[in-house]
Amino acid sequence: MTADLTSLLAAWTDRLAALAPALTAAERPFRTQLTVRTADPSALGETLGVGFPAVPCTFTSGAGAEVLWLGPDEFLVVAPEGVNEEVVRGALGSSRGSVVDTSAQRTAVDLEGPHVRDVLAHGCAVDLHPAAAPAGTCVQTLLARTGVILQVRDGDRVTLLVRSSFAGYLAAWLCDAATEYL
Amino acid sequence: MQLIPCPWCGPREEAEFRYGGQAHVAYPEDPSALSDEEWARYVFFRENPSGPFAERWSHSAGCRRWFNAVRDTRTHELLAVYRAGEPAPEVTA
Amino acid sequence: MTFRRPTGGAVDRDTVLRFTFNGQELTGHPGDTLASALLAHGVHEIGGSVKLGRPRGIVAAGSEDPTSLVQVETPFPEPMLLATTVELFDGLVARGLAGQGKLAAEPDPARYDAKHVHCDVLVVGAGPAGLAAALTAARSGARVVLVDEQNQAGGAVLGVDDPSTARWVAEVVAELENTSDVLVLQRTTAFGLYQDGFVLALQKRTDHLGFAAPASRARQRVWRIRTKRTVLATGAHERPVVFPDNDRPGVMLASAARTFLHRYGVLPGSRAVVFATNDSAYLAALDLAQSGVDVPLLLDARPEPPAGLAAECAARGIEVRVGQVTGTEGDRRVTAARVGDELVPCDTLLVSGGWNPVVSLFSQARGTLRYDGGLGAFVPGEELPTVRVAGAATGEFDLAACVRQGQESVGSANEVAVPASDAWRTEEPGLVLWRVPGDDNASFVDLQRDATVTDVLRATGAGLRSLEHIKRYTTIGTAHDQGKTSGMIAAGIVAEALGVDLADQRPTTFRPPYTPVSFAALAGRDRGELHDPVRVTPIHPWHVAHGALFEDVGQWKRPWYYPKPGEDRHAAVLRECRAAREGVALMDGSTLGKIDVQGSDAGKFLDLLYTNMMSTLKVGRIRYGVMCGVDGMVIDDGTVIRIGEERWLVTTTTGNAAKVLDWMEEWLQTEWPHLDVHCTSVTDHWATIPLVGPRSRDVLAAVAPELDVSAAAFEFMTWRDTTIAGVPARVCRISFSGELAYEINVTAWHGLAVWEALIAAGEPYGITPYGTETMHVLRAEKGYPIIGQETDATVTPQDLGMSWVVSKKKPDFIGKRSFARPENLRPDRKQLVGLLPVDPEVLLPEGSQIVGTRELPPPPVPMLGHVTSSYPSAALGRTFALALVRSGRDRVGDTLYVPVGDDLVPVTVTESVLYDREGARRDG
Ligand SMILES: [Zn+2]
Repeated sequence: MTADLTSLLAAWTDRLAALAPALTAAERPFRTQLTVRTADPSALGETLGVGFPAVPCTFTSGAGAEVLWLGPDEFLVVAPEGVNEEVVRGALGSSRGSVVDTSAQRTAVDLEGPHVRDVLAHGCAVDLHPAAAPAGTCVQTLLARTGVILQVRDGDRVTLLVRSSFAGYLAAWLCDAATEYL
Repeated sequence: MQLIPCPWCGPREEAEFRYGGQAHVAYPEDPSALSDEEWARYVFFRENPSGPFAERWSHSAGCRRWFNAVRDTRTHELLAVYRAGEPAPEVTA
Repeated sequence: MTFRRPTGGAVDRDTVLRFTFNGQELTGHPGDTLASALLAHGVHEIGGSVKLGRPRGIVAAGSEDPTSLVQVETPFPEPMLLATTVELFDGLVARGLAGQGKLAAEPDPARYDAKHVHCDVLVVGAGPAGLAAALTAARSGARVVLVDEQNQAGGAVLGVDDPSTARWVAEVVAELENTSDVLVLQRTTAFGLYQDGFVLALQKRTDHLGFAAPASRARQRVWRIRTKRTVLATGAHERPVVFPDNDRPGVMLASAARTFLHRYGVLPGSRAVVFATNDSAYLAALDLAQSGVDVPLLLDARPEPPAGLAAECAARGIEVRVGQVTGTEGDRRVTAARVGDELVPCDTLLVSGGWNPVVSLFSQARGTLRYDGGLGAFVPGEELPTVRVAGAATGEFDLAACVRQGQESVGSANEVAVPASDAWRTEEPGLVLWRVPGDDNASFVDLQRDATVTDVLRATGAGLRSLEHIKRYTTIGTAHDQGKTSGMIAAGIVAEALGVDLADQRPTTFRPPYTPVSFAALAGRDRGELHDPVRVTPIHPWHVAHGALFEDVGQWKRPWYYPKPGEDRHAAVLRECRAAREGVALMDGSTLGKIDVQGSDAGKFLDLLYTNMMSTLKVGRIRYGVMCGVDGMVIDDGTVIRIGEERWLVTTTTGNAAKVLDWMEEWLQTEWPHLDVHCTSVTDHWATIPLVGPRSRDVLAAVAPELDVSAAAFEFMTWRDTTIAGVPARVCRISFSGELAYEINVTAWHGLAVWEALIAAGEPYGITPYGTETMHVLRAEKGYPIIGQETDATVTPQDLGMSWVVSKKKPDFIGKRSFARPENLRPDRKQLVGLLPVDPEVLLPEGSQIVGTRELPPPPVPMLGHVTSSYPSAALGRTFALALVRSGRDRVGDTLYVPVGDDLVPVTVTESVLYDREGARRDG
């Protein structure tokens, strides 16, 4: 017997979908996420096949993985199939650091559309103009009244990562903030 | 809403930060060797200057790093920020 | 009769808007303000004054107007708006106010929101200087935001008849709107300028649409602007001259009359006397005369009127005379201007005492102001690094010069064409005149506050010298208009009275907001369900579906109790407690803070953090721990489990999760960076379910077939990894209730499914979900403190009777040294004890004070402590309480008293552990 996976945002699927076409908003649940602390991520990068971001407030992607800069020695690895805590800890070897499975700590909401920046500007104080936040930007900041990790992709696409317990609030806020653009 | 320049993330709104009081107040090497008065001075006493003041801040809603800043308490202007462990820079208000 | 001219102005005469003012049904046109529409019907009187009840009219044409306060009743009641800034819409109902309005009793249904915007250059004011600045910046490729208070750009151009400059305005606006990264916001007032280029501006987006405003569109928006450079092109306000009875309706600023004429096509009256101290009032007189108003007399306070303008006036039949208006006549409207002994009949008296540059935002930017004796006004006195001032706000009134200043303010070489115009000409400098002597009691300085020259002189007579003090004494400048027209005059009268030079005076401080901002706009979307985030656990939907009532714990919603039909809280909690003590019960503990601690120095670090020894804990085992601040006071408690040689998981109380992680990081990053330790929050990753009661072992066995649940194989304070309902799980044998209990941890993704599996497996045993209230009762019966309920940052572990959790062996840990402070060794410290009311039915209110005597002595009554927790108990068959009591442990067995209402309730002091003191039950 295997229990079903549940996400609190499942209850918001229809309401988020109704924001289209002004804003395409959908949860991407149940991804493997690992919080990695290390001062020297080069070995990890080789194992995962994706270089770790060297510049603060950016993310890298490749080989089915994404690596988000969270701090000078802290990264969030959104891992591809088959990569888990043990694999990454193995790659870390005996060097100083830590690897923690935080897969269910946060969920992700993908946003896309012509009004992505408008909607976010109602609650995010960080400048998201393409010149200031080009694709590859990854900032941890406040969106309205909750903390988020905000990944800027190309073509008016943004991914928000939010603590699972705040996900309902975030969804409610997004639906409200998008009201004017519907 | 003041901007505070995180040494890692750059300028962010002050709402993302937590204040940590006076900087460079080291935890005593051996608290048991201190007199009651010396210990109380460490626990309870802090400077309160009018002018430049070295303080600790944490970018709590961002990269969660503690760092130091010299703030002019008369204007709130941040005269310098530097990473934890670095010495306080010379500043003039 | 109508005062609307057949042509002219930016009003759409083909469309008629109906509105009601003071019960009278009237009409106007799109483009009107409420003020211009009223003037078109000859209505000058708006309301009465706040203290004296004198009739008051319309003095200015914009947000500087001191008098035209109205209450708008539709579509939603809104008090304290100015008729001069309310744009007319069909169906508007409004009434004049005597200085005080009334807030609506019901919530405002309109949307209000906020939006962040970032730019290189923010320009405040879309007059000639501001437009030139914005255009120059835009052409250089900068990101530009231009905000302007009016519904269309132009600034002072809107108040004159100057087609060529108006054309220039239209061209500039068109170019701005076609330039990328330029945002032009009309109906938007920059009301606060703060540090680091942060400017707040209020945009009125649908107010002017009235009933037609779409509900989905935010009615007002607070723009949170972050700019690298700010150009203040905020213009100037004309100021009046104070003279006896200067407050009658019909007494109006000369520039206001010109604006009503040219912008709205409305004449202020039929017969106007003009009182001037400068040339600009001549232009108003000429424009009105040209438009058919009878202008019999222009009084110029200067000894030498300007020859050219005077000659033009004479050609129009306007007598220009050197002199002053010394009073007015009239009842509800001026009927004559008094000039010495002479009464000159008129229905309108236009006044100009000169111009005050609008320096409010510059002053908010901490720019110093300088008194300009020629203008009789304060002007920007220095250049600021990132804030520039351009145009009339600097005291410059020449059109071409204003445009040049705007261009130069953004430091770009781009040339902006300067419009050619003669609508702004001046010949002679103005005269600074604050007031005309006469009846000081009827000479009004601040019309809104009913403050007169007498009030100012009373203040100086009482010895007040500083303008700030006089402002507070007289209330001048404290009304909705913040003294835009009165403040400078008050300063001038004070300087005259004291015989001092205004150049040596500091003007009163300008503070935000520049114009009133409603609380609804400031609140924005942060109301209702968005006011404060609600955090919920993965099991939350089940709690909702099963009728739980919820308690707020920090931002979390936690099930409080689960009433069955007909049950009140008392009955539900007794039932839930009984299930936990006699059968099996479970709760959602997912809100507990959880922190993963890894590294070769993790044990060492935890030893420093907790009062007890953690490094000796063996892998597979669990220990309860307490953390203190450096002052020795308890800040949190929880369990510490050792997962591996270099890996631990610690739990925190629900409310302190973030604080404890911050606390750990603070020590690691700032004091002990050499330690090899990393902390990671996993609070939301894990769902946590305490399974409690004598039958909990049976339920666990049913869902975890691979786990040997026997007491011998799975001891108290150990943990096991296993599979529950097919899901990887970590089970901790710990107890916060004193009963046999297990804490089941699975990832949040599996939380709901595992909860449901436990409910199903427990069904034969009558498994009962319980909430925080039952949890509190169960732990209180065992004397377990709750951080924040039994503690308040003044309580040590020893005070809680937990000396056993304080290591004697460790050389140091945070707080240790403070335990030896004399204050913390006093025998009369407050200590945690139990209280049993002598009457077992009496429930003590939490927070009650405790006294030692059967009768209250006269105050001050010696207080011995207070009740921290109080419950009825099913297990004890009576009520009980926990309390912090001075020397409490020495008082066990004593009788103390708790004032409840008018009674003193006798209570017996007991040990804090009231249930199962031997601890036999937790082994099942
Ligand atoms: Zn940072």
